[in-house]
Amino acid sequence: MDITPWEKVKLARMPLRPTGLDYINQIFENFIELHGDRRFSDDKAIVGGIAFLGELPVTVIAQQKGRNTKENIARNFAMPHPEGYRKALRLMKQAEKFHRPILCFIDTPGAFCGIGAEERGQGEAIATNLAHMMLLKTPIISFVISEGGSGGALALGVADRIYMLEHAVYSILSPEGFASILYKDASKAEQAAHHMKLTSKDLLEYEIIDGIIPEPVGGAHNDKEMVIKNVKGILEEELKNLLTQPIDQLLEKRYQKYRKIF
Amino acid sequence: MNKNPFKFKKYATSQIYRVRPKDIGRPDEEKPNVPEGIMTKCPNCKKIIYTKLLLKNFKQCDECGYNFKISANERFAMLLDDGDWLEYDKQLTTKDPLNFPGYADKLVKTQSQTGLVDGLVTGKGKIEGSAVMLGVMDAAFFMGSMGTAIGEKLTRLFERATEERLPVIVFTASGGARMQEGIFSLMQMAKVSGAVAKHSEAGLLYITVLTDPTTGGVTASFAMLGDIILAEPGALIGFAGPRVIEQTIGQKLPEGFQRAEFLLEHGFVDKIVPREQLKHTLGTLLKMHSYCGENQI
Ligand SMILES: [Zn+2]
Repeated sequence: MDITPWEKVKLARMPLRPTGLDYINQIFENFIELHGDRRFSDDKAIVGGIAFLGELPVTVIAQQKGRNTKENIARNFAMPHPEGYRKALRLMKQAEKFHRPILCFIDTPGAFCGIGAEERGQGEAIATNLAHMMLLKTPIISFVISEGGSGGALALGVADRIYMLEHAVYSILSPEGFASILYKDASKAEQAAHHMKLTSKDLLEYEIIDGIIPEPVGGAHNDKEMVIKNVKGILEEELKNLLTQPIDQLLEKRYQKYRKIF
Repeated sequence: MNKNPFKFKKYATSQIYRVRPKDIGRPDEEKPNVPEGIMTKCPNCKKIIYTKLLLKNFKQCDECGYNFKISANERFAMLLDDGDWLEYDKQLTTKDPLNFPGYADKLVKTQSQTGLVDGLVTGKGKIEGSAVMLGVMDAAFFMGSMGTAIGEKLTRLFERATEERLPVIVFTASGGARMQEGIFSLMQMAKVSGAVAKHSEAGLLYITVLTDPTTGGVTASFAMLGDIILAEPGALIGFAGPRVIEQTIGQKLPEGFQRAEFLLEHGFVDKIVPREQLKHTLGTLLKMHSYCGENQI
């Protein structure tokens, strides 16, 4: 039975779904979390560090939702501040220096809207990530694991390969925000979701993503192990492929991947 | 019969858009057409200004400094030597990638109302003798929202500039992303930022001039990527719009929040430049970056 786009939005937001740290802890070994942007603070909405994938050292970065209210408050519901994006970029530059591939797990309703975020340059932080990620001389793979909301998601999403979980959504804005802008009525979110083309199937058809990771009936939370194992399988396969490509060729293909979207 | 000055002013304001771009910032004698609206009311301080005076003053209120909206074509005429430029991709339009209900009709309607094909004009010309690629957003078109047409035109502009080894200046004015183009609109942020990054990697100069309003996906991509970031006085500049922030945090925002002066204070803008100084400031900056290894002290 088909699941409607709006049902997917609700599924993608389920607190039971595997979060960034679930993937990190089950796919990699010896994860060492590294903190802070060296400029202002450590944003707990984004987790990052170094780990082993088999014998290969990799840099992993994830937007982290909480599994309950208390965790969510600590993680700011995975809505990063500028310092979160700056931490991510710091770790990505570090990865480039030491020739580590970069793996990103995207799961955010969007970048945080608030006074501090504006004062510290939310727009500048996201923009800088977009420009720098396009030129990073190391392979980047991004997975939209649940919610990919706006520029806040894209700031970890300029990559050589982008995959989505089957019931994940990726969009310009939340359906609520979209409805309030376009229909002047946030309660028309369901209608908005229908027109926004935000499902994994839509994005694969548009060739904006490279593949879909299937989910068990009812959603990823019903068999986390299986889903995470599948993600790991794709990761290993894609990395093998990307790591053999000459870097100039990799970067040209990365540029063309976005260049053709029109 | 109606002596209500407010009504009169409103009438006058609407006339201002009939003024030809080349009349702005020019002395009287060069101006063949006298604008039909004699008086214009400042929306900020409510002063009633002679429209002629307003135009000579680059559409700035002489009382409070308020910046009236300037169209992309007016901006080109104001900045480029002899008001002369080569326009690129004039007919480039969106393919309506999501086939979004009602969008195609609204596009046609907006195109005929504004005389624009989309919300950005790009071209090549000279400022105080220095060759430059210029992109100017026009907030009159879908509130300057960025969709695929703007993304594509800007990307082409940067690619041309990289090829011809020329600097780029972009004037931003945007309410954010073009909702009707959904994820395609979002991806333009990455696409344009990539083209900017390649232009930068080639050692070329990029200047942005942030005008009122610059928000959303435009702020979070090419607006904030300039080597030098200028802003017009009082321009609203931010990622999230003030109303969204107020709703999110449940409190009123302080006076001056997200204005150009606020961004300058917080270190995100290099310089605030009033319109009468803009051409000369840009011209000087371009000259400062034209060092070719042969310049003498
Ligand atoms: Zn005024």
